[in-house]
Amino acid sequence: MSAYVWVWVAIVAAGLLAWLTKLLGHVVPERIVENPRVHRIAAYVTVALLMALAAVQAFTSGGHLVADSRIAAMAVAVVALVLRAPFLVVVALAAATAAVLRLLGWG
Amino acid sequence: MSSADEASAPDADYSRRAPAPCAGEVSTPDAAEPAPASRASRLGPTRTQALSVSIATGAYAISFGALSVAAGLDLWQTMALSLLVFSGGSQFAFVGVVAGGGNLAAATSTFLGIRNGFYGVSLAPILRPMRGPRLAWAAQVTIDESTAVALAQPPEDVPARRQGFWWTGVGVFVLWNLVTVVGALAGQRIGDPADWGLDAAAAAAFLALVWPRLASRRAHVVAGVAAVLALALTPIAPAGVPILAAAVVGIVAGWKAPRAEGEVPE
Repeated sequence: MSAYVWVWVAIVAAGLLAWLTKLLGHVVPERIVENPRVHRIAAYVTVALLMALAAVQAFTSGGHLVADSRIAAMAVAVVALVLRAPFLVVVALAAATAAVLRLLGWG
Repeated sequence: MSSADEASAPDADYSRRAPAPCAGEVSTPDAAEPAPASRASRLGPTRTQALSVSIATGAYAISFGALSVAAGLDLWQTMALSLLVFSGGSQFAFVGVVAGGGNLAAATSTFLGIRNGFYGVSLAPILRPMRGPRLAWAAQVTIDESTAVALAQPPEDVPARRQGFWWTGVGVFVLWNLVTVVGALAGQRIGDPADWGLDAAAAAAFLALVWPRLASRRAHVVAGVAAVLALALTPIAPAGVPILAAAVVGIVAGWKAPRAEGEVPE
């Protein structure tokens, strides 16, 4: 199968799994999931995954570690987050930082 | 939303610290007139809140649509992700892994969607009894925002909690999917995504999603170790594996109970 078809398979699988996960919460008896350990693991797995995604997206390209204008963009994003900027503003500022630096010829 | 950063983070984890995030917006009903405290606006406070959250959340589907196209997905695939997966963090993760050339996109997005299952547990007592298409729809729109608005309503006012859930869930669903199309169409017309900093935008999006969860020291350690591990594995492991390996850090961290109460990043 072509890569394009595989992406479709992955989309449908992800959609089905997302829905089943949501559904499960509504139908399972509460006592089964009200385990503090399960709650903690779910919470920390979310933190770990999001942070890993941020790091890989910011500091790698094509399987290599890369230092380019995205570093400055992330620094700007951190400042915006510390100043409690809304999500869209954080994302837009990061994009603008990288875009301007690249326009100037750096990374 | 008054707490704009929290409201607009699609994956702020609201399930257990419930009413806090939206507390600034919830007009506590007068003791004198509990149910119809909704005279302030024609929609009533719950629906007003639901709509404002829907608009704030729907707006950044524009970044998802653009990033998805930048990652190499076409318009139809981008729309399908928003319709079928319908969970911001999972969708950003999916296209992030696809952009990196990985084939673990569905696994990563599913891991990030696990918390939605816990939201269902919190919502079930409010929404039941449900079956058939109603249950199917309730499941699909069980996300951070619908859960947050539902649980932000007074605990004794079950109709308001239901209204908050449905109006927010359906409102975000409609706007998120419409704005996804706008973002994807814009993304198709801009040439090289890197010229516009869209790769940096994706990284910042993940950072903004994790930010509200970094309240405890253990969460900081988990985030730091996860980032270093994922970066260290990137040159040597197939794409997608470094991300899922980082999930193990979360499992290890969650296994042992923290000493102090309130350490869990929710």
